[in-house]
Amino acid sequence: MYTQALNTSEAEDRGIEDAARAAQFQARIDAEERIEPNDWMPAAYRKTLTRQISQHAHSEIFGMLPEGNWITRAPTLRRKAALLAKVQDECGHGLYLYAAAETLGASREELVDLMLSGKAKYSSIFNYPTLTWADIGVIGWLVDGAAIMNQIPLCRCSYGPYARAMIRVCKEESFHQRQGYEIMLTLSRGSKEQKAMAQDALNRWWWPVLMMFGPPDSASRHSDTSTKWKIKRFSNDELRQKFVDATVPQARYLGLAIPDASMKQNEATGHWEYSAIDWDEFKQVLAGNGPCNRDRLAARRKAHEEGAWVREAAAAYAEKRKLRQTAQAAE
Amino acid sequence: MATPNTPLWEVFIRSRNGLAHKHCGSLHATDATLALQAARDVYTRRGEGLSIWVVPSSAITASDPAEKGMMFDPAESKIYRHPTFYEVPDEVGHM
Repeated sequence: MYTQALNTSEAEDRGIEDAARAAQFQARIDAEERIEPNDWMPAAYRKTLTRQISQHAHSEIFGMLPEGNWITRAPTLRRKAALLAKVQDECGHGLYLYAAAETLGASREELVDLMLSGKAKYSSIFNYPTLTWADIGVIGWLVDGAAIMNQIPLCRCSYGPYARAMIRVCKEESFHQRQGYEIMLTLSRGSKEQKAMAQDALNRWWWPVLMMFGPPDSASRHSDTSTKWKIKRFSNDELRQKFVDATVPQARYLGLAIPDASMKQNEATGHWEYSAIDWDEFKQVLAGNGPCNRDRLAARRKAHEEGAWVREAAAAYAEKRKLRQTAQAAE
Repeated sequence: MATPNTPLWEVFIRSRNGLAHKHCGSLHATDATLALQAARDVYTRRGEGLSIWVVPSSAITASDPAEKGMMFDPAESKIYRHPTFYEVPDEVGHM
C-alpha cells in the first residue's frame, strides 16, 4: 500500500536482543497491548515502523501532487472547494504521520531529506498522471478506497501513536472516497463524452490501484514479522480481494466496466477473481521508472527549496525574540 | 544557510465547552504564535475544538515506563480507597 517498498527491500536485521525483554515485549503484543514511544521495543520493530510510517507520510505528501494538478481547473466552485479541502487533508495526514514516526526517534529533517534525496520510497500510485477531470473522480473512489481498506486495520496497529494517527486519517478519508464517487456518478450520468471519459479513467487506473496493495503474498518477505508484531493484520492478497469484492458492485452501479474481461465471480466463495497483475510494471514504477517519478520528485524538491527562505526567516525571528526577551529579563 | 531543527510542540484541544483540553498530537514550529496557527490548520479543520494549547515538548516531564511498578503499584493494595470496599445495609438504600 502506501508503504509497499517494505515488501521488497532489505532483509530483516535483528541484532542480539535481550531475550527476556523480547519475550516480554511479544507477550504484550499478544495481549493486544499498545506499545508507546518510551516503552522498550526490539530495534527491528523500531526500524520497521520508522520506515513504514515515514513511507506512509511521504505517500500522503506526494499524493497532493496528482490532485493538485486539477484544483485550478475543477469544473465548478463546489468541486474546487472540495478538492482543495481534500488536498489539505492529504497534507494534514502527512503531518500526523511524520509526528508519529518522530516518536520513534527519527527527526523530521532527516525523514524529509531521505524523501527529497529519493532514498525513501512512497506509494507507486502517485507516479501516474492525472490526464482528465475524471481521474480526480477515480482517485477519490478507488485510490482512497484502497487506502481505506488498508488503513482501517492499521487503526489497531500495535504501535500507539501510529494507530491513533490512523484513526484520524480514516475519519477524513471517507469524505475523500465519497467525493470521488460523486464525481464518477455525475460523469457516468452525463453526456456520452463524459461517460467515455469516466470509463477511460477507470481503464487507466484499475491495475495500478490493484498494485497499491503490494506484491502477492507468495513474494512478500516482510509480512511474517509484521504480522507477528501486529503491525499488519491482513495480508496483501486478502486486502486486495476485499477491495475488488467491494468495488465490483460500485462500478456496476455507475454502469462502467472494469477493464478485466476475464474477471468472474467464484460461485462457491462469492469472491471476484481477477486476472494476473503485471508485477513488472509495479517493479519498474517502484524503481523510479514510472510515468511521473521524475516530475514528482522534482516538484517536491522545488517546493522545499523555494520554501527555504520562509524556514530561515521564521527561525531568525524566533531567535531575535528570544534574545530580546533575555535582554529584557537581564535589565 | 542551514536552518536549525524546528522545535517540537504538543497540541491539546478542548473539543467542547466544559471538557478538559486533551492531547491530540504534535507539530513543529519556530515559535508559539506559529505553533498555535499550525495547530489550528493541522488539528481543527472540521470544528474539532473551541480552544487550543500548545506546549513545547521539551517542557514536559514524563514518568518513566520502566518504573511503572514503583510509581503505581502502591495504589493497588489500597482497595479501601474505593467506595465498593464498604458495605451498606440494603435497608439504608442508595448511598
